[in-house]
Amino acid sequence: MSSTTVFNSTTPHRDADAVNRRLKKRYAAERRFRLYGLLSVAAAITFLVILLSSIVANGLPAFQKTYLQLDITFDQNLLGIDDVSDSGQLISADYQRVVKEALKVKFPEVSDRRDRRALNALVSNGAAYQLAAMLKADLSLLNTSQSVWLYADDDVDTYFKGNIDRNIPESERRLKDKQFQWLDKLEAEERVKKSFNWTFLTAGDSREPEQAGIRGALMGSFYTIVVTLLLSFPIGVAAAIYLEEFAPKNRWTDLIEVNINNLAAVPSIVFGLLGLAVFINFFGLPRSAPLVGGLVLTLMTLPTIIIASRAAIKSVPPSIREAALGVGASKMQTTIHHVLPLAMPGMLTGTIIGMAQALGETAPLLMIGMVAFIVDVPGSFSDPATVLPVQIYLWADSPERGFVELTSAAILVLLVFLATMNFLAVLLRKKFERRW
Amino acid sequence: METLAVNEAALEALDQTVEITADEMDKPEFKFDKTVGSIHSENPRMVMRNVNVHYGEKQAIHDVSLDIGANEVIAMIGPSGCGKSTFLRCMNRMNDTIENCTVSGDIKLDDVNIYDKKQDVVTLRARVGMVFQKPNPFPKSIYENVAYGPRIHGLAGSKAQLDEIVRNSLERAGLWSEVKDRLDAPGTSLSGGQQQRLCIARTIAVSPEVILMDEPCSALDPIATAKIEELIDELRQNFTIAIVTHSMQQAARVSQRTAYFHLGYLVEVGETSNLFTNPSHKLTEDYITGRFG
Repeated sequence: MSSTTVFNSTTPHRDADAVNRRLKKRYAAERRFRLYGLLSVAAAITFLVILLSSIVANGLPAFQKTYLQLDITFDQNLLGIDDVSDSGQLISADYQRVVKEALKVKFPEVSDRRDRRALNALVSNGAAYQLAAMLKADLSLLNTSQSVWLYADDDVDTYFKGNIDRNIPESERRLKDKQFQWLDKLEAEERVKKSFNWTFLTAGDSREPEQAGIRGALMGSFYTIVVTLLLSFPIGVAAAIYLEEFAPKNRWTDLIEVNINNLAAVPSIVFGLLGLAVFINFFGLPRSAPLVGGLVLTLMTLPTIIIASRAAIKSVPPSIREAALGVGASKMQTTIHHVLPLAMPGMLTGTIIGMAQALGETAPLLMIGMVAFIVDVPGSFSDPATVLPVQIYLWADSPERGFVELTSAAILVLLVFLATMNFLAVLLRKKFERRW
Repeated sequence: METLAVNEAALEALDQTVEITADEMDKPEFKFDKTVGSIHSENPRMVMRNVNVHYGEKQAIHDVSLDIGANEVIAMIGPSGCGKSTFLRCMNRMNDTIENCTVSGDIKLDDVNIYDKKQDVVTLRARVGMVFQKPNPFPKSIYENVAYGPRIHGLAGSKAQLDEIVRNSLERAGLWSEVKDRLDAPGTSLSGGQQQRLCIARTIAVSPEVILMDEPCSALDPIATAKIEELIDELRQNFTIAIVTHSMQQAARVSQRTAYFHLGYLVEVGETSNLFTNPSHKLTEDYITGRFG
């Protein structure tokens, strides 16, 4: 009997109402918490959708381009070619004059010099290169008349994409009333078309929006990332393995660890300064080259990869190491055969994050000259090049209306590049991942 | 009402269980500067003399000497933290992997000091295999688990030979009939008891001379435990076995000799039948009668 009373006195009194109240409160708190979570996810998704849709809406038109159809006569005299077999002459021939001649034929009523100039401005000066390429590919075109779709000037392109308002005063718009008349005439004759902008994907940078392409920056980014990946992944993984598995635990390793963690937080432009001082000034590597860019970005991504790889190695259960050591595997065999495969998915995740960071980096590359205006598509690791984010920055800075959509389109290309890279990495990780 | 009273009685009995502290160790009946019983074995395989182990400042093993005879199973028992696992791990230098763990004294395998500078630790661990407390198969197939050891030690000249070693090892571990149709299945898909037998197969695949078992059954159910115990008895024909266990019944069932450790000291060692029926030391008696532990 006595034990019962003791039992009751030490047990808190359970009141059914109080229990229900507490229960209700707890349920409410849980519901609230879930709501907060949902709200934050919804907010994140909303911003992402707004961002993406604005980029896509701005960028998609850049994949289309306006062409004007003109009847071009490849007149040998006008072009100034006397020797057909001389390829130098073929390239330097005066194609501009042929285009002007074609416009003159099309619009014979335009005689005033200023009007002439306005008329000629409708066609991009890239049209000359188009014609040169045509003639070079097929010499039999010489002295014949062809109906050719030529690049329109970027202002014309902007107009046909609906970005020039005809109703604002003439002095305030890029196209004049007369130019509109000529364009209307061409349009009425179905000599205006919009089709896919191959130039954007195949050309390098240009001062003219209609001739500017992303290929140079894309290849620059590609070479840079290849250098970064080839250097930072092996070095990072090796450093992580050494620090985690082999290094003695003493003050020096602690110091190294602190420094690696600090390096991860160093502003990236500092790495650019370092690259400028060491790789370019001291080692004399070429300026603006993807090789140097890759080296600088390697320095920048190494801490990220080392930290992620160390965490991945740490998460491998010690029982696996013991098992391997227990059957007589050496430290090296244990690490390579058992620890590394199990840590690989985590290491790859770290590498993806590092590479994504490197791909989007601009600041350190400005310091080593990768911000230069480079028209040629780079063909090797030492050619002058620029990279996608720098190209975006350059275009965003350009005054022509055509560059606005190019900027967004370049962002789209960068995103696609990133997504492809991440997708490949995820595939690779899946391959290594053991669920058992 | 009745049950409550009984429970209280039980609780009271529990409270009376003696916790022997370091201070009390100084009392005459608890003295153990000299191990009681014979540390010697007729046909010694491993000979350990005056082994001291320190973890940094803390001494985990005090001056322990012990022989392990060929083809014998020696059980090491004692309360948690008494150093029996530490001592076991000295025998194949698994303690090397622990930072600031220092071992002094002589540990000889067939008259060769295993802590000698010339002794290669990999060769040693191939000769002195180990089975751990928690089954720890590699995250690979059953076949690969067993084949890994022979492969890194180059024990098999051909695929057929390797197959033979795998089959033989699994048979001796009593696992062959259960897994022969699914050698490609992951080792971790087996049940706990099967996993532990797989680990034993993995250990014997490299043909060690001594097998160390660190509480091999503590994570297993009684039926799996019985199977492992049976297996240990069979393995004794070919191997020398040192087993650490928390279960006195298990020690009594599988071992020929038993060593009782307490706070890093080897208190008593002797024939298992003798030690359990007629312990000489007060501490041993207290432990096996369940007064603490």
